[in-house]
Amino acid sequence: MQAEEDILENVVYDTELEIKNAEGLHMRPAMKFVDIANRFDSEINVSNGETNVDGKSIMQISMLAATCGTKLKVRAKGPDALEAINALKELVEEKHFDEPTPKR
Amino acid sequence: MEIKKGIAVSPGISIAKSLIIDSEDYRIPRRLIKSSQRMVEIQRTRNAFKDAIGELTQLEAAHDRSGGGKIKDIFAVHLRFLHDRSLRKKVTDLVHAESVTAEYAVSTVLREIASHFAKEKDAYMSERAADIYDIERRLLKQLLGKKREDVGHLTEEVVIVARELSPTQTAGFDRKYVKGIASDAGGRTSHAAIVARSLGIPAVVALEDLTEYTSGGDIVIVDGNRGIVIVNPDDQTIRQYEEYSKEFAELEHRLDEIRQEPAVTRDGTEITLLGNIEFPNEAEVVLEKGGAGIGLYRTEFLYLNTESEPTEQDHYEAYAETVRVFADRPVVIRTLDLGADKYTQSKRFAPEPNPFLGLRSIRFCLQNLTLFKKQLRAILRVSVLGEVKIMFPLITNRQELMQAKMILHDVMEDLDEESIPYNRNIQVGIMIETPSAALTAYSLASDVDFFSIGTNDLTQYTLAVDRGNELVSMLYSTVDPAVLRLIRNVIQDAHKAQIDLSVCGEMASEPEYIMLLMGLGVRTISIASPMIPEIKQIIRSVTIEYCNKVARKVLGMDSERQISAYLRNAARKILPEAF
Repeated sequence: MQAEEDILENVVYDTELEIKNAEGLHMRPAMKFVDIANRFDSEINVSNGETNVDGKSIMQISMLAATCGTKLKVRAKGPDALEAINALKELVEEKHFDEPTPKR
Repeated sequence: MEIKKGIAVSPGISIAKSLIIDSEDYRIPRRLIKSSQRMVEIQRTRNAFKDAIGELTQLEAAHDRSGGGKIKDIFAVHLRFLHDRSLRKKVTDLVHAESVTAEYAVSTVLREIASHFAKEKDAYMSERAADIYDIERRLLKQLLGKKREDVGHLTEEVVIVARELSPTQTAGFDRKYVKGIASDAGGRTSHAAIVARSLGIPAVVALEDLTEYTSGGDIVIVDGNRGIVIVNPDDQTIRQYEEYSKEFAELEHRLDEIRQEPAVTRDGTEITLLGNIEFPNEAEVVLEKGGAGIGLYRTEFLYLNTESEPTEQDHYEAYAETVRVFADRPVVIRTLDLGADKYTQSKRFAPEPNPFLGLRSIRFCLQNLTLFKKQLRAILRVSVLGEVKIMFPLITNRQELMQAKMILHDVMEDLDEESIPYNRNIQVGIMIETPSAALTAYSLASDVDFFSIGTNDLTQYTLAVDRGNELVSMLYSTVDPAVLRLIRNVIQDAHKAQIDLSVCGEMASEPEYIMLLMGLGVRTISIASPMIPEIKQIIRSVTIEYCNKVARKVLGMDSERQISAYLRNAARKILPEAF
């Protein structure tokens, strides 16, 4: 039983998410991002290739200042890592933070 | 010795040591603490976060009720920041590592984050720095709240030097110790200037970078007559100014002698001179200076000086004190005119993007009926003590006036039911201070007993100039042809409807403009009490015939510069010593 929990604790999933809303990962999207991240027990890390930050901290996420088109690596580690990754993917790539995408 | 030129907003000379106070832009000195003190500072940091969260949660809830979407989002974002453990840790780590105060650590960490955003090329991202500054201010307010009141406990005479002063700060100054005021920002008609004038404290504003040249304790001369401030003057300059200050005091004294004389022109036209007041204790000063009543009783102080909303009894007592002083002479009480100043904006649920065009003054009252009715009840109750009149500010159309009158009527009925006495025939008037009110004065006149022209707001709304912004304040002029046409229009409409008319803006206390106003047909003016003797002296030395000529000339001119120059010359001929 203990062993199973340990295994679950260490489940790691990662994915790459592209910011698609026109104004990028500014304050309101950052808020939505951390709100979702904080729903999960897993540790969540976000990297833009240069900086690696805590996905549950609005300060750190917003300081990535990721603009439209930026690709972010998101890594979740913990018992609900897969659910966390899926929820974040939905927010960023499908819903685009409920914000407009650039006009083409 | 450093000589700085600004705008003179309150006359008089003062020489004293400087006291520097920070207002909006807190600059926090790096003060090292003992390592044993660090836990205390860390606890202070935590408390500040906690209290700021409490404050914001309340604001957010209030906005939830009023349904402001975007603004609520902003609060929500700020709350996430305040809840962010890694942010808090950054601050407490700094306190711990460098043995600095909580306020220094908060300021350093948040400004670092803000500058990170400001560096972003994407405009949308770089503007986020403003959010961070806002969070910084909110935290510092918690940390510095108490310290900022130190100005209230002075023990020696000082000149206050600040970047910018709020009306509340200025109103809190102890006249016994605060001898002069000098600020980097501000304009002639900023509220702080008005308060300084009514308290009789010499003041110069718009000095741009004075605070950078002054350290606390430097000797500073404030020349509120010529708009000059001198930091660390040499002995000769000090002697000159001591002499000048004495002469000025003597002139004041001479003017005081005419206070018992009537304000009547050489050819017999009588002018009613009233005082503008802000605080009940100024009523006495108006009498001392020879004012025949109160033409404008601003009631905002009741709200600005306390944290909680004033009760009906607070209103009543403040008004009763003034009304008793004036017995059967008029006291015009203006209903709450708050809203656009920085102070209320910062207290407001959310700052408005464009407060001067926003929810201020009568608009605010008509949306906050409990507050409005409370004030109206108090005014009606004091109406049995003397000659009280009610004045509604910032009316922009007839519907607003009718609404305000209807609410007044409701309050009267309530008083009737409770058998509380009041003057049923109380006079009701309005401020004419928006172009829309000035242009429709003919129609508004049929529903009021009097008009009072508020030239400050009328000018800023007509010319679209923020009177407190030194970058554009040179465009602000009450004698701009556009403003004068509106003023003339209002005077004519009031005469046609046979209702009373007064001018209560700053314009009426300008020696250069008084003849013009009289020539346009104004017979009642209300001004800051220190100006009453000087204005009276001008009235007593002119003829109405000459004033009429001045007005006719001016109405034929089409440039503000031409008008200003002409009026200055005309005044110089009448009263050479005043210019």
